[in-house]
Amino acid sequence: MQNFPLPDARGRFGRFGGRYVPETLIPALEELNTAYLEAKSDPVFMEEFERTLREFVGRPSLLYFAKNLTERLGGAKIYLKREDLNHTGAHKINNTIGQVMLAKRMGKKRIIAETGAGQHGVATATACALFGLECIVYQGEEDVRRQALNVFRMKLLGAEVRPVSSGTRTLKDATNEAIRDWVTNVRSTFYVLGSVVGPHPYPAMVRDFQSVIGEETKAQLLELEGRINPDAIVACVGGGSNAIGIFAPYAYLEPRPRLIGVEAAGHGVESGLHAASVAGGKVGVLHGSLMYLLYDNNGQIVPAHSVSAGLDYPGIGPEHSYYAANGVAEYVPITDREALEGFKLLSECEGIIPALETAHAIAHLKTLAPELGKDKIIVVNLSGRGDKDVQEAMRVMNDMENAAKA
Amino acid sequence: MNRIETAFSNAKSESRAAFIAYLPAGFPTLETFQDTANTILEYADALEIGLPYSDPLGDGPTIQKAGERALENGMTVAGTFAAARELRKNSDKALFIMTYYNPILATGEAEFIAGAVAAGVDGLILPDLPPDEADTLIPLAEQAGLKLTFLLAPTSTQDRIDLVTASSTGFVYAVSVTGVTGARVGIPEEVPLMVGKIKASTDKPVAVGFGVSNFETAQAVARVADGVVVGSALVTAAARGSGLPELCAEILAGCKK
Repeated sequence: MQNFPLPDARGRFGRFGGRYVPETLIPALEELNTAYLEAKSDPVFMEEFERTLREFVGRPSLLYFAKNLTERLGGAKIYLKREDLNHTGAHKINNTIGQVMLAKRMGKKRIIAETGAGQHGVATATACALFGLECIVYQGEEDVRRQALNVFRMKLLGAEVRPVSSGTRTLKDATNEAIRDWVTNVRSTFYVLGSVVGPHPYPAMVRDFQSVIGEETKAQLLELEGRINPDAIVACVGGGSNAIGIFAPYAYLEPRPRLIGVEAAGHGVESGLHAASVAGGKVGVLHGSLMYLLYDNNGQIVPAHSVSAGLDYPGIGPEHSYYAANGVAEYVPITDREALEGFKLLSECEGIIPALETAHAIAHLKTLAPELGKDKIIVVNLSGRGDKDVQEAMRVMNDMENAAKA
Repeated sequence: MNRIETAFSNAKSESRAAFIAYLPAGFPTLETFQDTANTILEYADALEIGLPYSDPLGDGPTIQKAGERALENGMTVAGTFAAARELRKNSDKALFIMTYYNPILATGEAEFIAGAVAAGVDGLILPDLPPDEADTLIPLAEQAGLKLTFLLAPTSTQDRIDLVTASSTGFVYAVSVTGVTGARVGIPEEVPLMVGKIKASTDKPVAVGFGVSNFETAQAVARVADGVVVGSALVTAAARGSGLPELCAEILAGCKK
C-alpha cells in the first residue's frame, strides 16, 4: 500500500480534516491511529488483506473497454473500472475487509457501522460474517423503509439493524447514532466508517483501503494502452470513498490526469434540493471533520437530496475538499434527471446496469467524451451495480414520464 | 472576581458544590424560555444556555428532542444571544452558551465571541471542539474575556487531562460516563478517581455532568467535585410544565457537601 503525503500528523489535508469529536473519543482515535499504522506496515497483515481481496472479493476488478459507449458518444476512449463486479456488488467491501481485519487485530469483538442505502451495511455485515464478529448497523428509518431488500440481506448475514428515528432519518442521522453508540461503548467497540469522512484517521484509512482501485487501474492501463495515466478519471462523489480510491494514487503524481468528481445535483444546485457540497456548500464541520458542507446561516446542517441514497450526504470528505480548494480535482454537478439518463444509457449500450450513484459519473461522459476528443482516454470508476436500484429507478422514471405527459 | 469564579466561591462558602443547569434557548417555547430559565436561576449558580444544533452527536434523546423543538420554534444564533441578553437584565449569575462548533464557524469565530460578550455571556462550552482544534478560538476568546470550558472523559489519559485543564479558562467539565447526555440510575464508581486525577493537575474548579438527575446523583458528584451539571432532568421537567422548582430545590439540596 502506498504512503500518501497527506494528511499531516494532525489529520489535516491543508486546512481540512481534523478531529472535531467529544473528548471521550480522542483516546480511542489515537489508539486506532497507532494500531492502523502498525497494521499497515506489518507484512503479515497486508498479505492477509491482499489475499482476502483476491480470493473473497474477487480482485483485481476488470478494466473494461466500453466499445459501444465510446462509439455512441463519439469521443474519447472510455474504460470502466468494474468495481460493480466485486463480491457484494460495489467498492465498499474493500474498506470493510480492511477495517474488520483491523478490529480483530485490536481485539475488538463488537462492530458498529452506519449505512444509507445499505451497501456499506451489507459490506460490513459480510466482513463480520467472514471474520466472526458481532455486527450492529445503524440505518435511518426512512432508508430502512426504502431499502427493505438490503435490510434483509444484512439480517441474513447475521447483523442487527437498528432503525434511527432522529433528525432527517437518513444517513446523516444514522452516522450521528453510530457515533453516539461508539462514545458509549468505546472500550469494546470498533466503528467501521464507510466513507472518507469522520475524524482522523478515518479519511486516511478508508482512502488507503480503497486505493487498491487506482493502483490496479495504473497497472491495467499500462498493459492495455502502454501508459499509466489516462487523460481523465471520472467518479461519483457523496462522502467520496470510491472517488478517492481511484483519485488518490494519481493525485500526487506530476503530471496527473484530470480528476473529475461528479456530485449529485438533485433537482439542480439552484433549487436547494441537492447534495453538491462543493458546488453549493461552504467550509463547515460535521461528524468530526472540517470539509465542504451544506448548512444554513445559523450553522444548521441542510438535509441533502439525491435520487441516489449513496450520494445523499451533506458533506464531502476532507481530502476531496482539499483537492477542490487547490485545483487537484474538479467537481461537477449532475442532476437526478441526467443521472437517470446515464443509468439507461449504460444499460442499453453496454449491458451493464450501474448503481444510481455511478450513473452520475456515466452521465458526465456525455459532455466530457466529445469534448476531450478521439485520441484521449477516460477511465470511469464503475463503483457499484444497479440491481439494488431498479425498483426506485422504475418509480422515479414513471413519475417523470407522467409529469411530462401532464 | 468574574461571575464564574463567583459562582464556585459562593457555593464553596456555603459548603456545597455549584449547581450548573442546562436549558436550550427557545425551549419549551420562545415565550416560556425566560420564565423557565429564571425559575431555574432562583436555585442554580449558573446556566448553560443551549444553542440548538441539527446534529447534536454528544446528546441523548432528551436533549436531542428539546433541541429539535427549539429549532422548530425558530431559535437561531441571534435569538440565543437575545435570550442571554434578556436573562442578564435580571441576573448576575454566570451564563454560558453550550453548542457545537458549526454554528460558531458559520457565524465566524470573532463575530460569535463578540455577540456572546455583548449579550453578557461569560463562557462557552463546546462538546465537539477539543482544545487541539481550538487554536484560533482560544486567543480570540481570551482577548474578549470570554471563558472556554473544555471537557474530560473517563477515557482521558494523563496527557489529555494536562492539555484540557491547561486550556480551560472557566471551569473543567468532567463527563461522568462514556456516553451521551441523559438521566441515569447512578453515577459510575470511577468518577471519584477521575475527579481526583483531574484535581491533581489543576486548581481550576471541576464540575461533573452527564447522568445527574436527582438528590442521590447530585450528592454522589458533590462529594468529590466543585460543580454539578444537570441537563436532561431539567429539560424533562420543563417540557412537562410541572415540578421544575421542586426538582431544582432537590438538586440544590443534593449539592450540599
